Amino acid sequence: MNTRRFFLRNSALAMVGAGAAPLWLERALYAADAPSPRKKILVAIFQRGAADGLNIVVPHAEKRYYEMRPTIAVPRPSQSSERRADAAIDLDGFFGLHPALAPLKPIWDDGHLAVVHAAGSPDPTRSHFDAQDFMESATPGLKATADGWMNRALPRADAAAPSSPVRAVAMGSVLPRAMRGPNSAIAVQNLSDFQVRNAEAAGAFQSMYADSQDATLHAAGRETFAAVSLLQSIQKRRYEPAAGANYPKGRFGDCLRQIAQLIKADVGVEMAFADVGGWDHHVNEVGARASEGQLATRLADFGGSLAAFWTDLGDRRQEVAVVTMSEFGRTARENGDRGTDHGHANCMFVMGGGVRGGQVYGKWPGMQQEQLYEARDLALTTDFRDVLGELVKGQLGNRDLSKVFPGYAPTPRGILREA
Amino acid sequence: MERVQALGIKKWIDLQLHPQRIPENSALAAKLAPLDTLYMSTAQMLRNYPSPQEVKAMVAGKLPFPDDPDKRMMVDRLAARLQKATDQDGAKPRTVELAALLEPQQLRILRGGTPQEKLELFNSFPQERQDQLLESMGQGMRMQLFAAAGPALRRRIESANGPQSMVAQDLMAGKLFRAVYSNRQLEEVLVDFWYNHFNVFLEKGADRYMVTAYERDAIRPHVLGKFEDLLRATAKSPAMLFYLDNWESTGAQSPAGLRRQRGLNENYGRELLELHTLGVDGGYTQKDVTEVARCFTGWSIRQPQQTAEFEFNPRMHDEGEKTVLGVRIAAGGGIGDGDKVLHLLAHHPATAHFISRELALRFVADDPPETLVKRMAATFLKKDGDLRAVMKTMFDSPEFWSRGAYLAKMKSPLEMVASSLRATNADVDFAFGLNNQLNQLGQPLYRKVEPTGYSNSGQEWLNSAGLLARMNFSVALVNNKVPGVKVNGASTAEGVKLGSPDFQKK
Repeated sequence: MNTRRFFLRNSALAMVGAGAAPLWLERALYAADAPSPRKKILVAIFQRGAADGLNIVVPHAEKRYYEMRPTIAVPRPSQSSERRADAAIDLDGFFGLHPALAPLKPIWDDGHLAVVHAAGSPDPTRSHFDAQDFMESATPGLKATADGWMNRALPRADAAAPSSPVRAVAMGSVLPRAMRGPNSAIAVQNLSDFQVRNAEAAGAFQSMYADSQDATLHAAGRETFAAVSLLQSIQKRRYEPAAGANYPKGRFGDCLRQIAQLIKADVGVEMAFADVGGWDHHVNEVGARASEGQLATRLADFGGSLAAFWTDLGDRRQEVAVVTMSEFGRTARENGDRGTDHGHANCMFVMGGGVRGGQVYGKWPGMQQEQLYEARDLALTTDFRDVLGELVKGQLGNRDLSKVFPGYAPTPRGILREA
Repeated sequence: MERVQALGIKKWIDLQLHPQRIPENSALAAKLAPLDTLYMSTAQMLRNYPSPQEVKAMVAGKLPFPDDPDKRMMVDRLAARLQKATDQDGAKPRTVELAALLEPQQLRILRGGTPQEKLELFNSFPQERQDQLLESMGQGMRMQLFAAAGPALRRRIESANGPQSMVAQDLMAGKLFRAVYSNRQLEEVLVDFWYNHFNVFLEKGADRYMVTAYERDAIRPHVLGKFEDLLRATAKSPAMLFYLDNWESTGAQSPAGLRRQRGLNENYGRELLELHTLGVDGGYTQKDVTEVARCFTGWSIRQPQQTAEFEFNPRMHDEGEKTVLGVRIAAGGGIGDGDKVLHLLAHHPATAHFISRELALRFVADDPPETLVKRMAATFLKKDGDLRAVMKTMFDSPEFWSRGAYLAKMKSPLEMVASSLRATNADVDFAFGLNNQLNQLGQPLYRKVEPTGYSNSGQEWLNSAGLLARMNFSVALVNNKVPGVKVNGASTAEGVKLGSPDFQKK
C-alpha cells in the first residue's frame, strides 16, 4: 500500500494543513500517469420525486403498456427518420430508452451501461418522504434506523494510514440521509466555495471548533477544516473537463462535473452522492410528443449529464461505478391529468468500467391486470439492496453486507464482472 | 434581552402567547410598508405585477389592465416587448439596445461614472425613458444604480426585468424583516413553524401568486388558535389546492369524471394524513388515502389565473359513500365530506400526538421526552386543539426548563441569521442579500420543494457545507459585505463569535 502516490497524498495533506503546499507536490498529486493501486469508487444518484421508470426504460414490446397509457406512452422504436426522434431507442427488442436519453445509448452499446427493471423497495408506501427515507437508510419499513446505507458501507479506515477527509462526498448543502452516520462524510455545494473566505477568521474558527465542548460540533469542525485544506489544494488551477465532456447547464451537471474533478484529482474519494429532483409528474408529464414536455426535459439533463461524466472520466472509468435510484415508480396507468401518480417498482441504471452492461437485468413481471402490484403498479422483482449490495462489495470492497443491509441478505445479480 | 430580563421570563412568555397585547415595533411597519404585494389579494397581484402570461391575457381582453397609471405604462411596454418577441419568433421579450437610448457621453457615465453621477444622470430623464433604460441595462449596471438609489427607485429597478418577481421578493423580505424587527417573536416563529408544517413550494406555477395570501390569511391568523381552523384554512387555500393538485382531482363517477376530463388525484389526501395531521405512523391505510381523496374531489379553485379563490365544484365531486378511518361518510354529502374528514382528523389522538411532537421537536430537543409530548397531546385533546393552550403546556413543563434542553438544538439557518442580525443590532435596508445568504446556508425561504417542509430536527443542519456557510456569513455580516445590511462598529472578531460553535445552538 505504501506506494509513491499514497505517500505523496498523505504528505500533501500534512503540508497543506501546515499552510502551503509547494507546486511540485500539487503537480505530483495531479499527475495521472504515476502508477498506483487506486481505490474503486461508487457514485450514487438519487432521482427525487419518483421518476416514471416505465417511460424511462420503455417496455415497448408490452402491449398493455400502450393500452394503459393512451396519451403519454413513448412510441415503439421506429426506423422512419421523422418518427425516430420521438420514439423509444431500442435496447434489446423488448425495452427501449426514452428518446431524450440518446446520449446514454453509446455507453450501452459499449457494454458499460446496464438497466435493472422492476427494481426498487419492497415497502408498500407511496409517500415520497417515507420511501426516500427507506431507500437511503436501506431498511425498508424500519424508520428507527439512524444512519444511511452509504455511511455504513464505507470500509473501515485503515488504522495505519489516515483516511482522506473527503472519502465520502455528497453534492449539496445538506448531507443526504444515505450518508449520515458515524463515519465522516461531507456535503459540498460547490468546490470553489468550500473555504472560509477570510484568512484571519479561518484560523480563529478552526481553533474555536477544536476547543468546543460540544462533541458533535467539535467533530464537525475538525472534519470541515481537514476537507477545506484538501479541496483548496486541488483548485489552484481551473478544472477543464476532458474533451467532448459537455455537461448540460444546471445543478445536476455541475454536481457530476465536480465529482469527476474530485475523482481525477486523486484526493481519496471512495463514494460520492448527487441527487436530482423534479420527477413528480402528476400533471402533463409528456408534451405534445414524447420528446417534449416535463419528463423529456428532466431526462435530457439527466442523460446528458451522465454521458458527459462518462466522457470526462476517461481512463478512470475502470474504477468507477454509478448507480441510479428513485424512491418508487409511478402508476402503470396514466391518470386523468396526462400524468402518473405514485406507484411501486422502477428502473435503475448501473454504469461503470466493471459493469457487465448492454443488458436489462431483472425478471419482467408483466403488466396484465393480475400481474400489477395492488392492481395498479409495476410489481417488484428485484430488491434495490441486491443491486446496491453487489456494488458495495465489488466497488468498495466491503464484504460485511449484513452490517450494511441489516436484516437482509442481498443476492448479487451478476451486474459486475468481478464481484 | 433587556425586555425579557425586565419582565421576568415567565411573564415575557405569557405576553408572547398573546401577541396582540405587544405593541409592534414601529421600525417594522416602516420596513414593510413599501412591500405592497404583501397587502394585495392574488387577483390584485396578477393585475399589478403581471407575468408575461397575464400581460398577454390583458392584451387579449381576458384580464383587466392595472388602474395605476405607472403600472399601466409598464404593462404596455411589456406587451410591446412581448409582441416584438413573437414577431421575431424569439422566446424572450427583446429589449432596446442601451446605445440607442443614450448619447455616447451619457453611456460613458452609466458605464464608468461614480454611483452619484450615475444616479444624477438617471434622474435627469423622464420616467418612461428611465423605465426603458432599466429594462435595457445589464444586471451589473442595474445593481450599481441600485446601490445609490432610494427606496422608490430601488423597487422599480428590482421589477425591471419582470414585475412578477416582486411578489416573491416582497414575501421573502417581509419574512426577514419580521424575523429581525418584530416584537412578537413567538408569533413569527410559529408562523414559520406552521407554514413549514403545511409547506407550499412558492415556485410551482400559479403558486407564485398564491403564497402571499396563503401565509397571511390561512396560516398567520390561526397559529395560536384552534388547530381545526388552521387545518381548514389550509385545506381551502388555493395555494395548497394547487400545490398538491387537489384542485384538479375529480371523482371517476362525477359528471366531470364521466366526461373523462380528469381523474382522482391522491396527492393532497396522502399528505393531509401523513404530514398535516395523523403522521406517518398514525394508523391509516392506502385505502384511507384513496377514500380521503374521494371526499375532497371538487375542492377546487375558481379561475386560478384571475380571482384564484376557493370553490367547491359539485360536478367534480364523487357523491358515493366513503369510509375514512372506519368512519362511514354517507353518500351525497357534497362539500360536507371534506369538512367531516377535517373535523375527524383535527380531533384524532394520533394528530394530537404528532402535532405535539413536532412542536416539541422544534422548541425543545431533537429527541423530545415522551412525557412532555404526552402532556401536550392531552391538552390538545382536552382543549379542542387550542394551540395556545398546547404551547402553554409546553412552556410550563419541567422538561422545557431542564438543563438538557438548554443549548440542545442546532439553530436553523433562518434562526442563525435572525439571531446574528439581532445580536449585532444590524440595520436591514433591503433583504435580497440576506435571502441569497439563506440559499447558501441551505434554507431557501418558501422554496422547499417537498411537502415535508424542512426538518424540525437540528441534525438536519449539522454538516461541513452548512458550517462553512455559517462562518462565511458571520464574517461577511460584520464586514458589511452582505448587500442591504449595515452593522456599525463590529469587527471580524465579533463575526467569529457569530460563527462560533456556541452561537449555532439554541
